[in-house]
Amino acid sequence: MNDSPTNTHRTSATTSADKVLLQLAGLKKVYDQTEVLTDISLDIKHGEFLTLLGPSGCGKTTLLRLIAGFEQPTAGAIFLDGVQMAGLPADKRPVNTVFQQYALFPHMTVAQNVAYGLKLKKVPKAEIQTRVREMLEMVKLEHLANRKPQDLSGGQQQRVAIARAVINRPKLLLLDEPLSALDYKLRLQMQSELKRLQRELGITFVFVTHDQEEALSMSDRIAVMKDGRFQQIGTPIEIYETPANLFTAKFIGETNLFKAEVKGVYPDQPDRDGRVTNGRIEVEVCEAQAQDGPTTLRNLRRPDFANDVQVGDIVNLLLRPEDLRIYDPNDKEHGGLLGRVIESNYKGSTLDSIIELANGHIIKASEFFDEDDPSFDYKLNEAVKVSWVDGWEWVLSEDHLAEQKAPEQNEAGQNVLAQNKIAQKDGS
Amino acid sequence: MAGNSRFNLGSKTPFRTATLWLIWGWLLIFTLLPNILVIAVSFLTRDSSAFISLPVSIDSYIRIIDPLYFEVFVHSLWMAGITTVICLLLGYPFAWLISKAKVRWQPLLMMLLILPFWTNSLVRTYALKLLFANNGLINKTLLAIGVIDAPIDILYTQGAVIAGLTYLLFPFMVLPLYAVFTDLRNDMLLASQDLGASKTQTFWHVVLPLTTPGIISGVLLVLLPAMGMFYVADILGGSRNLLVGNIIKNQFLDARDWPFGAAASVLLTLAMAVLLLAYRASSRRIGKTDFNEVA
Repeated sequence: MNDSPTNTHRTSATTSADKVLLQLAGLKKVYDQTEVLTDISLDIKHGEFLTLLGPSGCGKTTLLRLIAGFEQPTAGAIFLDGVQMAGLPADKRPVNTVFQQYALFPHMTVAQNVAYGLKLKKVPKAEIQTRVREMLEMVKLEHLANRKPQDLSGGQQQRVAIARAVINRPKLLLLDEPLSALDYKLRLQMQSELKRLQRELGITFVFVTHDQEEALSMSDRIAVMKDGRFQQIGTPIEIYETPANLFTAKFIGETNLFKAEVKGVYPDQPDRDGRVTNGRIEVEVCEAQAQDGPTTLRNLRRPDFANDVQVGDIVNLLLRPEDLRIYDPNDKEHGGLLGRVIESNYKGSTLDSIIELANGHIIKASEFFDEDDPSFDYKLNEAVKVSWVDGWEWVLSEDHLAEQKAPEQNEAGQNVLAQNKIAQKDGS
Repeated sequence: MAGNSRFNLGSKTPFRTATLWLIWGWLLIFTLLPNILVIAVSFLTRDSSAFISLPVSIDSYIRIIDPLYFEVFVHSLWMAGITTVICLLLGYPFAWLISKAKVRWQPLLMMLLILPFWTNSLVRTYALKLLFANNGLINKTLLAIGVIDAPIDILYTQGAVIAGLTYLLFPFMVLPLYAVFTDLRNDMLLASQDLGASKTQTFWHVVLPLTTPGIISGVLLVLLPAMGMFYVADILGGSRNLLVGNIIKNQFLDARDWPFGAAASVLLTLAMAVLLLAYRASSRRIGKTDFNEVA
């Protein structure tokens, strides 16, 4: 976050093969007159690692089942390499799945499990043997080939499940929350192992998770889902830095939200090279501000949604905890919002503080340690000024706010709720 | 044994000691001792006044191979086998359908299956006799609708015995099968399909192996009782359709040949042991370690 968040970043992962592999066009799924998926359209490129991210009940697993062929869409089309898949059963699609609980066959050995798909395809025995051995070497399980899956650890079972799916050389590998049954450390290890496998195999991955951290660290692109609709599709950086709406903002990472009143609007103007630049707006945050600083006004790039924004309108400024700067209240060089530290947690690389602003809003700040200042810490109830560098905020309109209800309880559970609590209090 | 937390009062409490003694005492006196007696008797000689006497001999086991009895054994095994096959062929899809029914209906369906147990099986066998008789309900109905001109022989045939055994033992086949089908995870079937298996292939490669313990324990619960239910053969089978159970009963009560009756019992027990071993092996194969379901 050293750059202006309004500059979007493209990762280079999709440059090698920009050909579309999977095309979802207007997918709809209805169960018992309840629409669980609405207007799902998405192009997935060859070799891409795409993550479907959302709270439980958002439809991400249903979408995966439609792609796998376990269920058929009510309307819409699924093209894989240009071939229509909708209507075909799972066993007729060149797509394989890694299941949440692995679904390994307990009556077969590890090697037999991995060989299953090839055996069904009547691949010659000698070839099956070679490919199974290669596959098991790839997932580093060759020494366990003759064990039963239930004698293996969770991480090992996970790798058998991946090997069993990948050995069929699918065009697309679907992964349904495959890491959720593992403990934290193993999960991190499997994350990098999955990335390695995906690079080595060059297979396109569609990965389902409710864990935003997992999604951010693994994906080329993330499709954020809620209530059966895509909320936003973009690279992890786009999703994190420039969320399309408040739901995405709150679901991904931790969020501080400030209301601000528009004090001035400056129209588009041609710059020195003659290109028309976005106009700018001047806002004042609706919080108690230090009056001894340079200015309480902030001059921002005008966001795209705000073409008809007027003086006096209210907009929302979104800031991540790591964007905030905390200053001494007597620091005359910086302005800022007045508050006091009510909690301060040492996190190793960062110091995470919870600050109550003068009007009671609770916000969260996360600062990197200063090597030169080992005593860097706050006392409880210490008065501070909170500010940030202009341009680091992301602006969302009031309308966006009105559209989004408070996020429901979900399986990401305490984690997300805790994160949202801060933002909700702040936004209310 | 005393694992229930309420009763887990440590290892040396008087309650625990007493419970253990009771269980062990019960098993020794009412299970182990009678079996030892039966085995012992089977190696003795028949005596007309005292029932059994020395010397020790294996004559009783040799007599089992005697064509006269051997034929009865084979015929008994045949009827019990047909009964088991019918129970399995009907019970397998039956159990699968119940396990697929809505969860709130399943207890009711199982209840309906078990409901006949509330009536004594002897009474139910006599009821079958009324159905099967020459002037019974089945013949009367068939005559009335004109399918047949004269009553057909149902009672006192091999078919009547098999029908009776099937009727009485069917629930014992369904119960263990229902248990394995409810344990069968749906994602196993999806995984098989996902890897390219048709429905038939999934059945042979995944469903059948994973439900084999249920099949074996169902067979166990049907085949052996089917060979022993002498009153079914007595009431429905006439003199030509005897079961091993009839031989055992006759030797003890009519022929007064205890060693031979005991030898026939030992044979049944051995058959049970073989099936139990098969069940154990198949359970191991699918990674289950709990063998108590059948016993």
